[in-house]
Amino acid sequence: MNDNTTVNRRKFLQTGALAGGGLLLSFYMPALGKGLKRVPPAPATCAPNAFIRINADNSIKILCGHSEMGQGTYTAMSQLIADEMDADWSKIVVEAAPAHQDYFNPGFGMQLTGGSASAYSEWERLRKVGASARAIMIEAAAKKWNVPAAGCTAKDGFVLHSSGKKISYGDLVEAAQGITPPTDVKLKDPKDFKYIGKPVKRLDTKEKTNGEGIFGMDVKIPGMLVAVIQRPPVFGGKVKSFNADKAKAVPGVQQVVQIDRGVAVVATGYWAAKQGREALEVEWEDGPLLDSVEQRKLYKEMANKPGSVALKEGDVSAVTGAAKALDVEYETPYLNHAQMEPLNCVADVRADGCDIYIGTQAQTIDQMVAAGITGLKPEQVKIHTMLLGGAFGRRAIMDGHIAAEAVQVSKAIAKPVKVMWSREDDVRGGYYRQFSHHKMIGSLGADGKPLSWLHRVVCQSFMIGTPMEQMAVKNGVDMIAVEGATELPYEVPNLQIEWHRGTEAVPTLWMRSVGHSYTAFAKECFIDELAFAAGKDPYQYRRSLMDKHPRLRNVLDVAAKKAGWGTALPAGRARGIAVHESFKSFIAQVAEVSVTATGKIKVHKVVCAIDCGPTINPDTIKAQMEGSVVFALTSAFYGDISFENGRVKQRNFHDYKIMRINEAPVVETHIIESTDTMGGVGEPGVPPTAPAVANAVFVLTKNRLRKMPFPADVRKTT
Amino acid sequence: MISLKVNGKNYEVDASPDMPLLWALRENLELTGTKFGCGMAQCGACTVHMDGNAVRSCVTPLSRAAGKNIITIEGLNDDIAQRLRDAWTAEEVPQCGYCQSGQIMAAAVLLREKPHPTDEDIDYGMAGNICRCGTYQRIRKAIHRAAKASTP
Repeated sequence: MNDNTTVNRRKFLQTGALAGGGLLLSFYMPALGKGLKRVPPAPATCAPNAFIRINADNSIKILCGHSEMGQGTYTAMSQLIADEMDADWSKIVVEAAPAHQDYFNPGFGMQLTGGSASAYSEWERLRKVGASARAIMIEAAAKKWNVPAAGCTAKDGFVLHSSGKKISYGDLVEAAQGITPPTDVKLKDPKDFKYIGKPVKRLDTKEKTNGEGIFGMDVKIPGMLVAVIQRPPVFGGKVKSFNADKAKAVPGVQQVVQIDRGVAVVATGYWAAKQGREALEVEWEDGPLLDSVEQRKLYKEMANKPGSVALKEGDVSAVTGAAKALDVEYETPYLNHAQMEPLNCVADVRADGCDIYIGTQAQTIDQMVAAGITGLKPEQVKIHTMLLGGAFGRRAIMDGHIAAEAVQVSKAIAKPVKVMWSREDDVRGGYYRQFSHHKMIGSLGADGKPLSWLHRVVCQSFMIGTPMEQMAVKNGVDMIAVEGATELPYEVPNLQIEWHRGTEAVPTLWMRSVGHSYTAFAKECFIDELAFAAGKDPYQYRRSLMDKHPRLRNVLDVAAKKAGWGTALPAGRARGIAVHESFKSFIAQVAEVSVTATGKIKVHKVVCAIDCGPTINPDTIKAQMEGSVVFALTSAFYGDISFENGRVKQRNFHDYKIMRINEAPVVETHIIESTDTMGGVGEPGVPPTAPAVANAVFVLTKNRLRKMPFPADVRKTT
Repeated sequence: MISLKVNGKNYEVDASPDMPLLWALRENLELTGTKFGCGMAQCGACTVHMDGNAVRSCVTPLSRAAGKNIITIEGLNDDIAQRLRDAWTAEEVPQCGYCQSGQIMAAAVLLREKPHPTDEDIDYGMAGNICRCGTYQRIRKAIHRAAKASTP
């Protein structure tokens, strides 16, 4: 396996500094510039498995197969290993693993970071990996001392013997050679955890505060050119013809080549490439001309007809004797992930191999896609995973188009190239969170309890037509498209969840919390509507219907209690509540909200309670809840990708707005101590926020916000 | 050739005078700590100091930057910078980290002008810098912490 490729200057500096300590694992040749290549490693490092490299200077390198996109996985995965290994945390260095089956996500069967799954899918494996390395160190020391291993123990990077002898892991590197890693290892009792469950400091903060961290965008390899691609202005469009004369006349532009997804302008740098693209003349053959106004009408009509049934309990059509009935519609728009780092990829295609430098969530797919384009074997394609400047799902794509473009351009020009997306390219690049329409029909009995609940979702599927279709589609329903709707935690005797597949005119994709991002909005606002229709407190109403969901009910109770639910607030403020399970975690949020004199929503505070089972790093969990709330508020207040004549109307951050610091609320997170099943933390904080805010706005204005983004003046809308 | 003074060093850059400073920093000088986010002064990821002011290098043409004293995240090494980095570390601010160079560059100017900023000062001084990971609450705490760490 190849773990010796990186372009991280910081790592170079670290390894260089460590060289004085003894064994130099390998070294870089900085003369090559930022595309640093390493020579093969010296033989005497201890590699007990694919994840750990123990060096003679006592440093321990962890090779992380999960991509670091801000969620803290480099630190969390290292905590799992370091704890069971009894390593010294100050000696841990983490690096991106290469693309290799050793690093396949145990749950996905490929190297893919997503689904908030890293922590719970590695909880067993990486602790065993650490424990196995610990056992090797103990056996090596026992061998060196010629004593039984049973008399040895390990602590903070040392093996200790009952006689008082002590030796560091680094000094055991040679003795450890040839020892077979044990497969049957005993894991720690959680009460003995030293790093797991503790707010250990992130390993990547220094390089993210001094400019040294290398993101995909920052990669430069020898001979590399920069390309921007003119893609069709309409999804499904194709190049009819192009004239590159004017583009080639721009100083710095070297070549103009057509690839599958458009026309690439290749230059010595980004500015020249961009100017060249502006001068490029392309005639397009348009695809279908989507119009958002028409699409809204169509979806509304579809929502009035029965869809494919995702879930049926009782019979919603046979309900009699309802005291009250509600029939309302909710809607959410297409959304762009808008990660801060625009998409990019460096590819160097040669006859004997291909190197790809990319901030990707899906190494295996990129590797396969590049192999397909180049005719190389997958193992000849080396994926160098860089830091990801945000991702939110946009960098986990089943067609691997970000890498594919760069590979095609590099292949065409026979040189290394960095394909860069402008912000406009990114905003208009598709792969959006779906536009969705929701028909909600409910009825209440005389006691105020729900008698029936129909939730009909209309939206596209990004699963159908992919290798994941078989897993996702059941009885004609894309279960990912209706996730969250089908797990209604409230007791309703007659329940039906339906789905209509929307117009497949735009490429769509998972975005942070995926289906839950819209189903929870409809579901948690609608239960609030039922509560008010029943004349009940919305917290107590929810709680009375959740007997079969104790973990969810508990977070609801904790959030309500910590937020002071029912206590007085300053004039003009109100609370709204929402609770939702996703990615195996349970979250409730209470939003404290006011509305300004001009009708603008101000969210002052969000109290969040989460039960994600055992925790690896509580500070990371808090950070994810804080970030999720802001992410969700951006969607609630601003997020909207819309179409006119097939063209995306939005362009950049001036018309695709992101929440800023002056609007951001205080987020207070309470983590439930739990030994129950472990869940994810990257996504589940998102779904409850928008409904909690909308429910608070209703208290203040008596207007139900049933459409995202919320209007700029919430006093006027129903 | 355009003469640039960046982080105390003089450079001659062969580029068009209308090219934004950002690309000279990132591609010609290989100072990639300054990030590209939007290209139209909307997000602040490209923030650098020019004669002590925070500017958006993505819309600052080289003709305007020539001869000015430019500081990037790599060259930000004064007492304020140290306090900010310590505070950023203590509060565990960065998530993906892509915007944080720009955040720190903006915060450094804020603290120079307002050594003890109020929440309103922070809102005003930092609203030009987007963080899509939503680290705002921690940025606020870290700026207050850095301000408190100053020697009176």
